[in-house]
Amino acid sequence: MNSSDQPVVQFINVSKSFGDAKAVNNISFEIRTGEFFSILGPSGCGKTTTLRLLAGFEQPDEDGGEVRLLGEVVNRKRPYERRLSMVFQNYALFPHLSVERNVAFGLEQRKTPKKEIGNRVRGALDLVRLAPDTFARRMPAQLSGGQRQRVALARALVLEPSILLLDEPLGAIDLKLRKEMQLELKSLNQRLGITFVYVTHDQEEALTMSDRIAVMDNARIAQLGSPAEIYENPRTAFVAKFIGESNFFRGKAVRQVDGAWEVERSGLERFRVPSHAKIVAGQEVQIAVRPEWLDLLRAGTRPAGENVLDCEVQNVIYLGETIHVLVRVAGGDEVTVAVRNEGQLLKPLPWRRGDAGVVAWLPEDCQVLEDT
Amino acid sequence: MAGVRERALAWLYHRPTAKVWSLLSPGILWLLLFFLVPLLIMFAYSLMPRGTYGGVEAGFTLEHYRRFFEKIYLAILSRTFFVSLLCTTICLLLGYPVAYVIARSGKWKSLLMFLVVLPFWTSFLVRTFAMIFLMRDTGLINSVLLKLGLISHPIAILYTPFAVMTGLVYGFLPFMILPIYASLEKLDLSLLEAAEVLGARPVARFWRVTLPLSLPGLVAGCLLVFIPALGSFLTSDLLGGAKEMMIGNLVQNQFASARNWPFGSAASFIVMALVLLAVVTYLRVKDRAADGGR
Repeated sequence: MNSSDQPVVQFINVSKSFGDAKAVNNISFEIRTGEFFSILGPSGCGKTTTLRLLAGFEQPDEDGGEVRLLGEVVNRKRPYERRLSMVFQNYALFPHLSVERNVAFGLEQRKTPKKEIGNRVRGALDLVRLAPDTFARRMPAQLSGGQRQRVALARALVLEPSILLLDEPLGAIDLKLRKEMQLELKSLNQRLGITFVYVTHDQEEALTMSDRIAVMDNARIAQLGSPAEIYENPRTAFVAKFIGESNFFRGKAVRQVDGAWEVERSGLERFRVPSHAKIVAGQEVQIAVRPEWLDLLRAGTRPAGENVLDCEVQNVIYLGETIHVLVRVAGGDEVTVAVRNEGQLLKPLPWRRGDAGVVAWLPEDCQVLEDT
Repeated sequence: MAGVRERALAWLYHRPTAKVWSLLSPGILWLLLFFLVPLLIMFAYSLMPRGTYGGVEAGFTLEHYRRFFEKIYLAILSRTFFVSLLCTTICLLLGYPVAYVIARSGKWKSLLMFLVVLPFWTSFLVRTFAMIFLMRDTGLINSVLLKLGLISHPIAILYTPFAVMTGLVYGFLPFMILPIYASLEKLDLSLLEAAEVLGARPVARFWRVTLPLSLPGLVAGCLLVFIPALGSFLTSDLLGGAKEMMIGNLVQNQFASARNWPFGSAASFIVMALVLLAVVTYLRVKDRAADGGR
């Protein structure tokens, strides 16, 4: 066995074009052993192509970089030579084979002894919590969506792969079951030590399960990092917008005061942002602030050391766990402030449409974006 | 007027059974009149003595059915089965790859399918005559081969079993391609990808996934070729020179030149019964294979 520092997957400057369109444009990343790695992005961002390059359904362009599995270049290897497993978006169960024969398919292709196959199929069905006695002989058409999902998972896991690819596997099942499966997938990943590569367009799903997330936009990786890094320190406006909600402010960097930059909104008030290596005086700066990091205060309040903007309440939206207060700040920008719901029946929020107030936040809660 | 129409529609609306029957009845009437009634007449004929100048005379006899089991007719029957089976096999071997390629040909699909059904634009009779011009001693094939010096005198193609088989395969091939294409076309490509990830090489993938999933189309194609081939008479008549008699020719002769309608009817019914038996057995075996999953 190689040292565990060896990445299981490496993409080195990988590009893939379909005709003139670049589906994947010069991307590089590594996936570590046992990691739950998500590729997140809107449809058409290249995430599925990336997974297909990894599975072997697509091959990188000529001089389109290298895809490595366990250190070995696999650019031209067919899927059946790669020995990884995959769960498909629509499950892709063989409709003409029973549950047990679907699960046994991969073992049979790998010339596993007959006696062993039976046991391993039962083991895999147990693992995904499908009672073998009840389900083994059923046909896929006789299963519910959630059960098909589990069979697809069992069919992939029975091969004891080192890498499991999952292509939006939870897209077609209802919310409650989806939440349950998310936790189950995460726990399988931790228990079995298999590396999971998970493609999704659902940011919440990616945040819930992943050790690291690669956010893709327009055939490139916009940002790669842990869920907290991605959420709390988005590098671009795209990432800030795609993952969670954000308010954006822009202005010109004026001067540096005690390790912070003062930024002036065009002709309006100034606010402070944390010192950032890339800022120089006079430069246009864009920042993002999460709604839950903003405070909404009574008009005239000026908390010390915080950024403040005067505002007028536009709308109050009840979401259950939180309440969004939409306000308009001087200059016309719409800003969303998230307020924790402490019970509207007993302690209603005092804000009504047309009220004047102040939006305040700490300078360190500003996320300075790289694009302006 | 409008009131009557509305009342009729309302009446139908509340009677689902009546609605179904009102949709089915034109077709059922048609089939009753032009299929079932003639069939019953033929069945009655097959049990009556032969009339001296064609037609039948009053009476009852099983003679015609007994006669069919004479050696000479059984020979024709078994040859017909053999020829039809061979024709079906050749159509399958030629047609499956064609259907497979067309189903995978993206934007060319419609054009290629159009080309497959193009021969139907002319009558089968005309196309069979065209084959005579191709295959006869002074036909295109022989004259080209002679010109090229590959042969010194014309080879006999026309009026051979080979010519009959060529004509049958040519005529029925589209009936094999169409249903196989239909089942391959709707085959979910992700199933093939799943098989590949699970370790199936192309050959294994074909036998374990593609073929089983196109089996309904394959069976339909085989039946659509086998049954009409069994009843065909035009091809063996024109391209086989009546040397290679098939059941179809026998029946036709009995009704036309031999003027033995009852015997022709009996032969028809025996063949019909055999086809029915063969098809039912085939479907049974297929279903059992599908249930077993292996």
